[in-house]
Amino acid sequence: MAEHRITLVVNGVERRLLVGASRTLLEVLREDLGLTGTKFGCELGECGACTVLVDDEPALACLTLAALCDGRSVTTVEGIDEDAARRIERAFAETGAAQCGYCTPGMVVLLYHLMRQRRPVDAREAISGNLCRCTGYARIVEAYERCLPKP
Amino acid sequence: MNDASRSRDDGVTTAAEPAPGARATGPVGRARARVDTAAKVRGRAVYADDLRRPGMLYGVLRRSPVAHGVLRGVDVSTARAVEGVRAVITGADLPERYGILPVTQDETALAIDRVRYVGEPVAAVCAETEAAAREAAARIAIDVDPLPAILSIDDAVAAPARVHESDRFPGNAGRRIALEFGDVDAALAGCEYTREDVFFYAGSTHAPMETHSTLADWDGTRLTIHVSHQAPYYLQQILPRVLGIPAHALRIVVPYVGGGFGGKLDPFPDTICAAKLSMITGRPVRITLTREEVFYNHRGRHPALMWIRSGFDGDRLRAIHFRALIDGGAFGSFGTAAAYYHAALQPTTYRIPNYRAEVVRFYTNKPPCGPKRGHGTPQPRFALECHLDRVAEDLGVDPVALRRRNLVRITTCALEECIERVVEASGYRERHGRLPRGRGVGLAVGCYLSGAALPIWWNEMPHSTVIVKADRSGRITAYSGHTEIGQGSDDVLAAIVAECLGIEPEAVSLVLRDTASTPPDLGSYSSRVTMMMGNAAREAALALRRALAEAAASMLEAPEDSLVFAGGTVRVADAPDRRAALAEVIARAEAERGPLSFVGAYRPVVPFGDYKGAGVGPSPAYSYSACVIEVDVDTGTGIVRPTHVWIAHDIGRCINRTSVLGQVEGGVYMGLGEALMEEMAFTKQGALRATSLLDYRTPTALDMPPVDVILVEDPDEAGPFGAKEVGQGPLLPVAPALCNAVADAVGVRFDAIPVTPDRVLRALESGAARVGPRGVPDFDFPAPVRAEVPDDAAR
Repeated sequence: MAEHRITLVVNGVERRLLVGASRTLLEVLREDLGLTGTKFGCELGECGACTVLVDDEPALACLTLAALCDGRSVTTVEGIDEDAARRIERAFAETGAAQCGYCTPGMVVLLYHLMRQRRPVDAREAISGNLCRCTGYARIVEAYERCLPKP
Repeated sequence: MNDASRSRDDGVTTAAEPAPGARATGPVGRARARVDTAAKVRGRAVYADDLRRPGMLYGVLRRSPVAHGVLRGVDVSTARAVEGVRAVITGADLPERYGILPVTQDETALAIDRVRYVGEPVAAVCAETEAAAREAAARIAIDVDPLPAILSIDDAVAAPARVHESDRFPGNAGRRIALEFGDVDAALAGCEYTREDVFFYAGSTHAPMETHSTLADWDGTRLTIHVSHQAPYYLQQILPRVLGIPAHALRIVVPYVGGGFGGKLDPFPDTICAAKLSMITGRPVRITLTREEVFYNHRGRHPALMWIRSGFDGDRLRAIHFRALIDGGAFGSFGTAAAYYHAALQPTTYRIPNYRAEVVRFYTNKPPCGPKRGHGTPQPRFALECHLDRVAEDLGVDPVALRRRNLVRITTCALEECIERVVEASGYRERHGRLPRGRGVGLAVGCYLSGAALPIWWNEMPHSTVIVKADRSGRITAYSGHTEIGQGSDDVLAAIVAECLGIEPEAVSLVLRDTASTPPDLGSYSSRVTMMMGNAAREAALALRRALAEAAASMLEAPEDSLVFAGGTVRVADAPDRRAALAEVIARAEAERGPLSFVGAYRPVVPFGDYKGAGVGPSPAYSYSACVIEVDVDTGTGIVRPTHVWIAHDIGRCINRTSVLGQVEGGVYMGLGEALMEEMAFTKQGALRATSLLDYRTPTALDMPPVDVILVEDPDEAGPFGAKEVGQGPLLPVAPALCNAVADAVGVRFDAIPVTPDRVLRALESGAARVGPRGVPDFDFPAPVRAEVPDDAAR
């Protein structure tokens, strides 16, 4: 199988990798780089647990071929800037937005993206592609609303 | 009396120690951030599939493409030839039968002689890369002679084939039970009014966000298994025999679990195969299931076809005769318990002087059903609560009044207050029967246990044990084998220890769920953890507190009963300047007494009958819920939109109010999924129709209505600080409340769930007054086992 030499800037650090053509960004992050904060929930783009930012835009790492990310920047839950991470952590903690925690990294990365957009958004709409089986979503929506500009 | 309260009666307490059920003064009861949130938000929380080991191999299962058939052969030679493959196993390599319940040892990790459902594991491969393992698994040739597939309750009754050949039961009726108290036939014959109805509750699955994952590592003498599981001590009990190793050579470690809901309670083939492959290769082997495979592991809600007949004199309930035919799938799993739970928890909400329950659990050629949140109680609760609304209508009585008139009270019970509060908050009385067509409100109630009083494998050992240790660093460490599946049990442990010692939960170090280093706990099921682990934690922490009080008394020259533990210090109650830091007190106590390590243990002591089946249902305390749902039914599209949910839950007392609210909301969410869209549906060949999260529809954030939660706190002295369960109970009233609301909105009784748009449209277009099964097939139930009429029901 064809292998590709690629360079990714992952959470601000340049990484040179040799990847098979069919390998996903999710596999490379978790298996090759040990960044297991990004979760494996379905590998079919259905649940949102693997949401990361590629060049500052949300992407499902399980549907993104690593080879196509050559030269691009990738931000995972481990790479969120500390000020934003503290705000998000506090909002999730106070509202009780994390139960089992498996959907949480995807929800957090998406929220981080929306915080940087600085536009009002409907939180329910925003997370409607990220599944959670524990919370019933209300507390995640509340955590989002605490971190985002009011619509 | 339980162990924890017995120790309190030994006269070794200090006056400052919180009494059972006493109002907490520290973290217990507050709305607080959970101790595990930071790790989960930062991506640092470790789950099974996050683990790596040097030299780790990747395992993949090959599954049956046929629902039922004779397994002629499994050719693995082509798989072995794939580069990088290190081992391939089939049923012959793991011949030992097992099952989670002692009475149904009917599973093998890999099929032997027969395949019994599409997706049943037939072989397993491990290789240097996951890609090689997948390719090898795909090359395995499975030779099956098909047999007629049993895919429904009707098929199971007609029995054109038997799923299991056995002398122990007829046809496919793997478990038949009948229980009675009073004289149901005579009572029904004498009642002024009787009514019967038939219901169907569809099967659904847990679909936890984390798929099942196991990392097994055999070092030549010991096997260490890291696994996403709810009950490591049951694995510790069952796996050694299956794998042929001494029990003491097995160590189970459970990291954070990414959702369970009952779906990670059985010993699963993927875990057993990973272990066997590691023992063969001498290398660590990881098997992580794909999303599709999680649907095959299943062990979810039993589809249930139910018949209920009740009799009333005036508005007083005199008798209930209940029947359920439940579709168990290919293996026993927890099914015997699920069958008994169909019978057990109706008499816990209503006074039923004469009661008979008959349940049969059939084997079918589908993934095995098991314990999903509520475990065998949501189905009969659905039938009963929908039935009662019809009775109320027939009798011309308000549904609220009919329920209140017939309530019973077992342990602490705030059900009446729960009903009043949701009726009040929702405006049910003013709105039921009075909203414009298309809009309606519905009411239902439920009840659940706070931990099963008996363990699955019967023994007299404690159900939960917690060790609390203090050392010269000032650190307080709690050791516990419970599992954290998202419900917040780590936080419950930290909060209870902190409450007893006057510190904050974050100050408690936790060492958790490792059968080699933490004391036994039966695991996260039957809503038992807060009750049982919580009582054990409280007992251990109070024992440490007594030792520290003794040291502090001499340091501060004050009697022990004048000491207050708060804010990380010990002080004299009336002299706030006479105080010592907890760390100093710990150092003094360690110097005086030696190591400060204390054990708390909990074993429920709950009376139960001596008839067969009496062990299912008894619990130290019961939780109660009442729910009103408002719906908007779009008569053009058939879409039922719940617009508001009001739910009141009798929690006893919150340990962490934020967690409790989250559990109630999560239970409502899962109940709405079952009521509106989730269904394990199959093709005529027995293949699952939905094996992805796109096809298996669950509610999204946009589908969820506002949920108003009312917590009713009526402390139960059996629970730590008065706490009862919350993880399962709030799901129970959701589906019946929704169907009662739909009936109020459009006049169509949905006696079958899920209430999908196509079914609603068909009913509206055809003018049907009811959607549901026409009847239940004739089935020959055994003569009922007779029980004493409960005192509460006799009054």
